[in-house]
Amino acid sequence: MEEIIQHLAPLLKEISGYIYPNEIELHWGILVVIYPYITGLVAGAFILASLVKVFNVEEVQPTYRISLLTALAFLFVAPLPLLAHLGHPEKSYEIFLTPNTNSAMAMFGFVYAWYLMAVLLLEVWFDYRESLILWSQHETGLRKWIHKILSLFSTDISEKAIKFDKKAVKIITIIGIPSAFLLHGYVGFIFGSIKANPWWSSVLMPIVFLFSAIVSGIALIMIIYMVVTPLRGKEIDMRCLNKLASYLFYIMIIDFSLECLDFIHRIYESEESIKILAQLVSGKLFVSLVVIQLLMGMILPLGAIAIVKIFNLPDELKKLIYFLAALLVQVGIFTTRWNVVVGGQLFSKSFSGLTTYKMTFFGLEGLLMSIFLLLLPFLILYILFKILPPWDEARVTG
Amino acid sequence: MKKEQRKKLPRRDFLKNVLRSCAGLMLPGFLFAKEAGKKAAALLLDGLYNPAEHSWGMGIDINKCIGCGRCADACKKENNVPNVPFFFRTWVERYRVFENGETLIDSPNGAVNGFENLTDERTIIRSFFVPKLCNHCNNPPCVQVCPVGATFQTVDGVVLVDAEYCIGCRYCIQACPYGARFLHPETRTAEKCTFCYHRVVRGKLPACVEVCPTQARIFGELKKKASPLVRFMRMNKIRVLKPALNTEPRVYYSNLDMEVR
Ligand code: SF4
Ligand code: SF4
Repeated sequence: MEEIIQHLAPLLKEISGYIYPNEIELHWGILVVIYPYITGLVAGAFILASLVKVFNVEEVQPTYRISLLTALAFLFVAPLPLLAHLGHPEKSYEIFLTPNTNSAMAMFGFVYAWYLMAVLLLEVWFDYRESLILWSQHETGLRKWIHKILSLFSTDISEKAIKFDKKAVKIITIIGIPSAFLLHGYVGFIFGSIKANPWWSSVLMPIVFLFSAIVSGIALIMIIYMVVTPLRGKEIDMRCLNKLASYLFYIMIIDFSLECLDFIHRIYESEESIKILAQLVSGKLFVSLVVIQLLMGMILPLGAIAIVKIFNLPDELKKLIYFLAALLVQVGIFTTRWNVVVGGQLFSKSFSGLTTYKMTFFGLEGLLMSIFLLLLPFLILYILFKILPPWDEARVTG
Repeated sequence: MKKEQRKKLPRRDFLKNVLRSCAGLMLPGFLFAKEAGKKAAALLLDGLYNPAEHSWGMGIDINKCIGCGRCADACKKENNVPNVPFFFRTWVERYRVFENGETLIDSPNGAVNGFENLTDERTIIRSFFVPKLCNHCNNPPCVQVCPVGATFQTVDGVVLVDAEYCIGCRYCIQACPYGARFLHPETRTAEKCTFCYHRVVRGKLPACVEVCPTQARIFGELKKKASPLVRFMRMNKIRVLKPALNTEPRVYYSNLDMEVR
């Protein structure tokens, strides 16, 4: 009690205009920003991986397994921020036990379980089955056993079996694409379906979420690929990188257009909430929305990749630009999530005033926890890379 | 504070929960949530109170409200709402509309201690008070979004939260267009006005209605002819808050100004 008073009392002075008295406490903080950011990365990375299998884009083959494992690592962490933000994490099982079928949020568990079990784990397993068997044949000790267990003790690497694996992967990918759309579009729906909140309530929300997810996923894989490959003492495949950058570029253009559409639509319709939203955008959200999300996270990287595409730059310079662009995109997408989640709570539903969000440092919902949650997937990814090397040569020497 | 809450969960219960979650994964009990509402109502007074015979609502006469804030104060005491200026089941807003059309709204400490005298230099053309509370919407978005069915609508039209079920996700707080909900800092569950359900089922009036010196709040049946609420709604022109959102509030205002949202 003391804690909460100390936290909220100073905020009383930060209010401008009038807000409902219960609105002083802002309910969805940084953790709920992280959640859509992470599921976005999962969906994005997976869709990139599907390009190889479904659309036979040969160039990005080197990042196929990296993408799959990245999606998996981030998916493992996705429910943690949600769990940590609950008032009663220990009761979260009720969401499985007594789900309210009318609630968008109640479906989270099922969508998540479906995506993890029916899509990602299965696809990884079928894709790695042959490698696992081959690896375990040449290995000794612990690694041998890990790989044996992971292959579920299957041993059949006849041509027919391998063919079946390939087919399975393809089918799972085809199921997986709509599932990835579902996983993240659904997160957009959680916000987009709240009619009480004009900043969120938009039918475009799931679609904007989806495209920004693909953008962030591709950018993340670019970063991981460009960091890991030199660390392994290997050459970066420029064909692959150029292709990734192209995809990033085009999807960003779609994403940008959608966001513009949303923006224009709001201004043109000019509903009851427009005045307070205008105040919000030109005031408390100006830096994070206009400067970081729009200029740094969207226009700058778009311009940079366009320059690479137009002029024939040397490979080294290209790499640098790609890398910086991908980093900026990550920052941009993170602030996009921030602007949606936190931005949507900075104005009062009385449309007469603005409030402030103050992050704590310690505690379950604090900054420290958030940083941990953002680093955790990379740790998991590192372990996955060790157990299931996604590199091409590992596949060949198998 | 958090620690105390955690400690209250014995290990056996925790294990039970884990087991149940596993079972839940296999066999989602879609039935439970729907049953919960009925069960709560049925258990309530061992059959002494039959919710099916009632349909509650509240009328608020803006012209009668003098902004004394006794309702807000009584509510805090009756319902153990933490006595700090961040959590309210009901509060009173003061509106001042100036000559140039500018509007000032305030509600210091939810008006629990009333309002201070006006010291405005400018000419006020309209000024009035608006008591607010949960509207017990007939089409309640908070009920729709609650993932576990902890927020539910009783047969008599009151919207309640089952603190045993509530997992504190706060989706309902986001979904309520009226700012009627808060997260109780001690229980960490969602809370809001219950129309003083514990009093109503015993035939009493909600605390805020009982203490109002001017009878600006009228509580009663919506479907019985003899009810004071029905009479109020017949004698006055009625508006609800944010009608465009189609939440169908059961709190009806008379003489509501266009500035109020
Ligand atoms: S006023 Fe808010 S809390 Fe009350 S029933 Fe309506 S939506 Fe739910
Ligand atoms: S906070 Fe509690 S009552 Fe509100 S939506 Fe979540 S579980 Fe339901």
